[in-house]
Amino acid sequence: MAKRFLTIWFRHLTTDWLTLRQPSLAKLPFVTAAPDHGRMVVAASSPAAQAENIHPGMALADARALLPGLRVFDEQADLGVKLLTALGHWCIRFSPGVALDLPDGLTLDVTGCAHLWGGEGPYLKEILQRLRGSGYQARGALTESSAASWALAHFGTTSPLVEPGNLASVLYPLPVAALRLPAATLERLRTLGLYQVGQVAGLPRAALRRRFGQELLLRMDQVLGREEERLEWLIPPEAYQERLPCLEPIVTGTGIEIALRRLLEAICARLQREGKGLRKAVLKCYRVDHIVKEIGIGTTHPSHQVEHLFRLFEEKIPTLEPGLGIELFTLDASGVEEAPPLQESLWNPPPGTDDRELAQLVDRLESKLGAGTVRRYLPAEHHWPERSFQPAASLRDQPSLPWPQNRPRPPRLLTPPRPIEVTAPVPDYPPMLFRYQNVLHKIRLADGPERVETEWWIEEGEHRDYYNVEDEQGKRYWLFRAGHYAGDKPATWFLHGFFE
Amino acid sequence: MASTKQDLLRQLQRDILPLQGLRSPARGDRIEVGLGPVEAAFPNGTFPTGGIHDFISMGPEQDAASVGFIAALIGKLMERGGPCVWMGAPGAVFPPALIRFGLPPDKVLFASIRREKDQLWALEEALKCEKLSAVLGEIRDLSFTDSRRLQLAVEKSRVTGFLLRTNPRQEASVACLARWRITPLPTEARRGKPGRGFPRWKVELLKVRNGLPGAWQLEWSHGKFSEVLTEVITQEQLQRKTG
Repeated sequence: MAKRFLTIWFRHLTTDWLTLRQPSLAKLPFVTAAPDHGRMVVAASSPAAQAENIHPGMALADARALLPGLRVFDEQADLGVKLLTALGHWCIRFSPGVALDLPDGLTLDVTGCAHLWGGEGPYLKEILQRLRGSGYQARGALTESSAASWALAHFGTTSPLVEPGNLASVLYPLPVAALRLPAATLERLRTLGLYQVGQVAGLPRAALRRRFGQELLLRMDQVLGREEERLEWLIPPEAYQERLPCLEPIVTGTGIEIALRRLLEAICARLQREGKGLRKAVLKCYRVDHIVKEIGIGTTHPSHQVEHLFRLFEEKIPTLEPGLGIELFTLDASGVEEAPPLQESLWNPPPGTDDRELAQLVDRLESKLGAGTVRRYLPAEHHWPERSFQPAASLRDQPSLPWPQNRPRPPRLLTPPRPIEVTAPVPDYPPMLFRYQNVLHKIRLADGPERVETEWWIEEGEHRDYYNVEDEQGKRYWLFRAGHYAGDKPATWFLHGFFE
Repeated sequence: MASTKQDLLRQLQRDILPLQGLRSPARGDRIEVGLGPVEAAFPNGTFPTGGIHDFISMGPEQDAASVGFIAALIGKLMERGGPCVWMGAPGAVFPPALIRFGLPPDKVLFASIRREKDQLWALEEALKCEKLSAVLGEIRDLSFTDSRRLQLAVEKSRVTGFLLRTNPRQEASVACLARWRITPLPTEARRGKPGRGFPRWKVELLKVRNGLPGAWQLEWSHGKFSEVLTEVITQEQLQRKTG
């Protein structure tokens, strides 16, 4: 799935906050100032002050000269970070992946979130409107790369929504400052007459690297979505990892097994809680002599069953060399997927019987030949032959109803039923002859008809009248006629199975 | 003198069997499969378990008959406990049919495998599992070496294996305890009732290790095999024809 990133830029983060605290400031020009190299410098200016050309970075004395009535507040260190963190937590409702973009923005990984709000347009509008409603001036942009979103949020003049693949055309007219480069590099670019991103993008990469270093190229790649930017998430996704330090170094196989079992129990409990299953796991053994030994397993189906996973590991434990002893075990679940809960009990041995070996066998077959290779079947409440049985969810499931014995069914069923030519007296007599694959069978004995009605709530179709016939050589077949005899069209007959 | 000579021969035969790799079942371990006269064809007069039985069928009708016959045998073997594995191509067997042969379909693990190479591997793995009472593999062709591998697996685990080969290219290329062919026979309509009778088969033992091959007519009715005596049939048929 293509990634989508949303960047929100709070243009007047601290001044907006001050306005919220003191509503009387709303239309007034004011700044916050902090000491810098022995003088006071403007750290943030309100919209009204910016209208008077007072910008952050200016000496406070100059600002006062421009606007004698300017109100000045002390800059509070860390205020921006605190505000952004609070806003970031508020944004979790829109996406689980929220990263701070210091000093005055947020980046959201919104991949797969927008459809809940009915598309990216309404989604973006909702976020920005709610932020503006709460008193923050926010600009946002939604593109396939976080760097491009940043550039558009800060410098964009067109639509803040960019469809995948259209990045270049939107970004090229933007000023080079959109690349988030250090001031020195920006200055050099400007002296060279490179004002727009497009101009830089047109230059050969080797020349750019020589003159401006790797950073410019990296930024270009990030903006154009060729490279992913590393983001620090506000709530980091928790890695599926468990650790088990040992008081005494472990040297025996039994010890390793106990450690492995404990780690698996811990990790499986968490996976089960979250409805996930493990696909890949690595057991790392940190030895006393600083050598790390590891064994890995993979499953074909997401699993959070301790027994199952333990058995997969068990075969590899003998390959571990404990050396002087293992002092730390870690278990990383590097591949985790959503696991449907229904297969869970397949690996639990039923009470009373020890079918460990059986489960092992099923496991081995399934891990090599794919999940679903080995199945048990239970009767289903359907008369329609194709639906009269269903796969059991586990090795332990017991049939809830008995297998029907009064209606003989053939051991070999043809799917789909093969059409045959039949001669049969009307209306309901069994056929006298039928021809299948160019062989004529004369029917000697027959049972039937057994009518099986179509299950109209599942599928449409005609009912079947089944006959259980035996030809002169003693070969036995299961035939049926689909539907009633109709005057105008010939009846359709099928061969559906071979009786023993 | 003659009787002592015969006793001696019988004793010698009994001594030779274990040397040839045939382990006689321990006391009380003997499984009644209820095959009646057919069992006499086997060494010690017992249906041999812990080996491979090879079933050959030509055409879908013989194949279906073999499925029924094997299902009945497995049903008997499973009375001791332990499930069975039925290995074949996907959708090969229709599970609800097995109940008529005393084999509860919910106690069978169906393994559906497409590729023959995988089937062989899976068959060997299953035959190694001691907890199973029987394993059936529907496999069309396997080489002598493959069958030897299966035989070795079985000798260790004492599981009874069944091979069902439909339309094989070669009949006699498989190492096995016994080679069977099951052919459907015309059934006898139940007295006074219209329609078909009980399933009836011609059971041929083409090869038996240390035994006597032969052919019998068996009928499956009321959950057990019964031998059909041909003379009786002919007489009845005669009666019907004349009367």
